[in-house]
This record gives sequence, structure tokens and C-alpha cells, in this order.
Amino acid sequence: MGIVLEKLPGVAKGLPGGEMLLTTAETIIDWGRKSSVWPMTFGLACCAIEMMASYASRFDFDRMGVIPRPSPRQADVMIIAGTVVKKMADPIIKIYHQMPEPRFVISMGSCANCGGPYWDSYSVVKGVDKIIPVDVYIAGCPPRPESLQFAVLKLQEKMMKMKLSATHGAAPQQEKGSREIAAE
Amino acid sequence: MTETTTASPVEYLKTDELFVNLGPQHPSTHGVLRVGLTIKGEVITKAVPDVGYLHRGTEKLAEVRGYHHCVVLTDRWDYVSAMPNNLVFCLAAEKIMNLQVPERAQYLRTIMCEMNRIASHLLFFGTYGIDIGAFTPFLYAFREREMVLDLFEMLCGARLTYNYIRLGGVMMDTPPEWIDKTKEFLDYFKPRLDEYDTLLTYNPIFMDRTQTVGLIPKDTAIAWGLSGPNLRGSGVNYDARVFEPYAAYDKVKFDVPVGKTGSCWDRYFCRVAEMRQSVSIVEQCLKLMQPGDFAAKGVAKVPKPPPGESYAHVEGSRGNLGIYLVSDGGQSPFRLHVRAPSFINLAILQDMLVGQKMADVIAILGSIDIVLGEVDR
Repeated sequence: MGIVLEKLPGVAKGLPGGEMLLTTAETIIDWGRKSSVWPMTFGLACCAIEMMASYASRFDFDRMGVIPRPSPRQADVMIIAGTVVKKMADPIIKIYHQMPEPRFVISMGSCANCGGPYWDSYSVVKGVDKIIPVDVYIAGCPPRPESLQFAVLKLQEKMMKMKLSATHGAAPQQEKGSREIAAE
Repeated sequence: MTETTTASPVEYLKTDELFVNLGPQHPSTHGVLRVGLTIKGEVITKAVPDVGYLHRGTEKLAEVRGYHHCVVLTDRWDYVSAMPNNLVFCLAAEKIMNLQVPERAQYLRTIMCEMNRIASHLLFFGTYGIDIGAFTPFLYAFREREMVLDLFEMLCGARLTYNYIRLGGVMMDTPPEWIDKTKEFLDYFKPRLDEYDTLLTYNPIFMDRTQTVGLIPKDTAIAWGLSGPNLRGSGVNYDARVFEPYAAYDKVKFDVPVGKTGSCWDRYFCRVAEMRQSVSIVEQCLKLMQPGDFAAKGVAKVPKPPPGESYAHVEGSRGNLGIYLVSDGGQSPFRLHVRAPSFINLAILQDMLVGQKMADVIAILGSIDIVLGEVDR
């Protein structure tokens, strides 16, 4: 409860025999949503090794509530960790649509951002945002685990801006490109 | 089959063949491998590996890159151990260009390749544990792997894609305190290997799970062209470091661990035993290494080697990694071909999985230790 009291704009008052918490529904929903960001274990290429390093002993992603899930049905966020080639583009779209809404995408590394070292390759999709919407981009080839953790923090900031009234609980969905969650 | 009340029980229990699609998104395929499995009951009758989900066209890209730029591409084949990739390209290019590599650079190359082998096998150790169902080894392995990566970071600034071994030598000499730090790490790491043995290697559950599955007899392994720990696990004593030494491998003494039956456990054991040998190689190299130049002098900024061809191969972490390089006198290679050990090791799956149980697929797939970046390039 301590975190809730610190972070929420609501008013908490000590009442005789208990405490009362006043907040908006969307704040507490957003807070719950951002506190358990479950990514899918979905490694494509080199960045996947750094993604694994983030889950492992030193970097310990668990402390941010990030626990990898093997199935897209249980995941909130998809980390595109590596090069998206044309053959893989179709499965990625399929997996993205298998994830329950609201769903988020982190584009990890230069390859997923824009093609990276393979900018002139015949078989590489030049950026995953050409096929699915992306929330956070991380630069690097591959990005360090700290960068990935920073990206999750940025995503959490974004999640806190989501409005229930505007989207009926779901993230604004679009087919591709960089996604904005507008704050009022 | 609801109206089969009159059928005999055996007839009733008869099953059809079922097609099970494994991957490309599967946490245990180590990337984006897809295997089409046809199963009858629990037993696999047909397995078709489908590769190409990470085909980035590296070989074609090399034809429009300069020789120095190609080293960058090599980092991303076998991204778990990038140093041997750098090395094999440089060896092939140096053969065409007739470059003499200084002795200190040879030692540095050997040290880096062995350190990277440790990092790579640690990743295998961790992920194979997860594949089998033991999560703890992953955390232990990554603790030590981070230390190796720290040393690499100190050396060249990168954790994964180093671009450290360059044409004619290496990028730069070691920082002053690097050698002491490395010795410190090796002293720390040796007892950890015994810890791994108690944790996983001689764990009865793990042994029971892996010692009887995925058997590759000696002649089958040779026939399919396996290399690296997969070949040695089957009892074939072949290691390019011994039989065709490159860099400074002819100056150090080490054993080649060889398995007995070619089971998943034997392949696993070869890798763990190789880590001990790598530690010993690095220690010997640190002792033998003398101060000197770290790169050959007079390497052109834009090399234009004379027309010709060359082949170089090294013992990478996953097997015999070879490069065939053709030059037409231009500033980029005319043709680059990679003999990728993961790709060739993967081919045996279609033969090996047939007749195995469905539950053993991941155990076998994990023991082959493929890296999809190298399979598809």
C-alpha cells in the first residue's frame, strides 16, 4: 500500500478503524497495468541474448514486475529483440494479434528499429514499425540490458497516461508505425 | 468415432498421425527455428526443420562491403560467441592479402576465442538447464557469463558484438589492468565449474533424462558432417585447434574432451569439460604472451587483395567454422561463403528425431546447441 500512497494523486485519509483511499479508476487500473508488465519470451536474434541477460542474475528484471511468459496469450508486451526478416514478418503479425489487449511493443535494437547493419539487405524488413505499432524504441546493436530496463520504465510512464474514457480500457490500436498515447 | 461400440478395443484406440508445429515462436528453440513434427501417439515419425526465419543475407551483403566492414557482419552470425567469427574471416582475408600477424596478436586472438568459448558454453549450460526443467543453473551461469562480458567490455567496449579481431591483428592492446582482472576471474571461475557439476552434470535426474536420448553413433555423426562438441560427444576425436592449429594453439597444451555414447549428456559433458580446457589455455597464453605489436603494420584502409581464393577454418564454439573467400581484386569480396557449423549440425535433427518421444524433442534440440543467426546467416 505504501507505493500506492506515494504514487497516486488520490487522497488517503486516516479514518478511525482504517484507511480510505480516494483515486480515479483509471489511475489505479493504469498503476496495476504498469506494475506487472509481462513480456513474451520471443527472441529473434542477437538482442535476445541481451534480453536473457536482463532476466538473469545481475540485472534481475523481476524487480520491475517483468516476468517472461512463454505464450502470447498471457503477455502484455512483445519485445522485438532482433532482426525482422521477411519470412518472419508474417508470424510476428500473427503473434502480435494473439496477444490480449492492451498490448505493447518494444522495438529493441537497430535491426528492429530500422534494419540496422542490414539496411541494404534484400531479406530484412527495415524496421518492425512497418508491420506492427511500436511504443518504445531502443537504440544499440545490441542495446545493453540497462537500455531494455530503461525502455520498460518509459513504457510504464506511457501506460500511466492511458485513459479509460478515451479507449474503453484498451490501448489505442493502429496497424503500424510509432504509437502515441496522448495525454490530456 | 462415437458409434464404435462394436469395435474391438485395439481398433478403438488406433490413432491417426498428427502434425505438430514447433516454432518459430517457441521459448526452447533458441531463436526462430521451426520444426514440423509428425507424431503417431507419442512417437515422432517425421521431423522437418524449417530454417530461414533469420536469413539476413550476410553473404550477399559482404559483396558490397569493404573487407574491414565484413568483420562487423561476422559478429552477427554466431552472436553468442563472436570472436571466432571475427577470427575466421580475418584468417581467410589475411591469407589472400599475405599479412603476417604479430605474435602478441596471435596470443590475444587465442585468449579472446577461449574466453568467448567459456561465455558461449555458459549460455548453453544455463539454457539447457531451462530446456530440461532446471531453472537454477541459468542464474548461476549468467552470473559468471556477466563477468566474462565485463572483461570483454573493458577490452573493446562491447558486450556481445565485439569487432575486436581485425585484419592483421586485433583492435587494440589490452588495458593495463585487464590481465590481472582476467587471472582473478579464472581463479574465481575454476571452483565454479565444480559447482556446476554438483548442480547439474552429475544430478541423477538430469543424467536419467539425458543419457538415454538423442544417441548419435560415431559413423552417423561423421556421415552427417557434425563438428564441434556434437561430433566429439559421439566419440570422434577431431578438433581443428589440434589438427590444424591456427593463432597460438600450437604453443599451448590442452586435452580434447571426447564423449562415449553420443547421447545428449555426452554432448553436454563435452562442453562443460571444454570450459576447463579453455581456462587452462587462457592461463598458458597469459604466461607465454610477451609485450609486442598488437597488429601488423601497413594494413590498407581500403584493402584490395590480389585476385585469388582462400579457405580458413577455426574451431568455433559450435564446431568447425569455415570461410571460403574469393577476391577479384576489388575492394570488397567477390564471394563469401560460410561453412556454418550450426546449420550442418541442425540437419541431423530430421534423422535423429524420428522414433524419439515427443517429450524428448526439446532435450535433443537443446543438446545440439544451435544459434539461429549462424544457421540462417
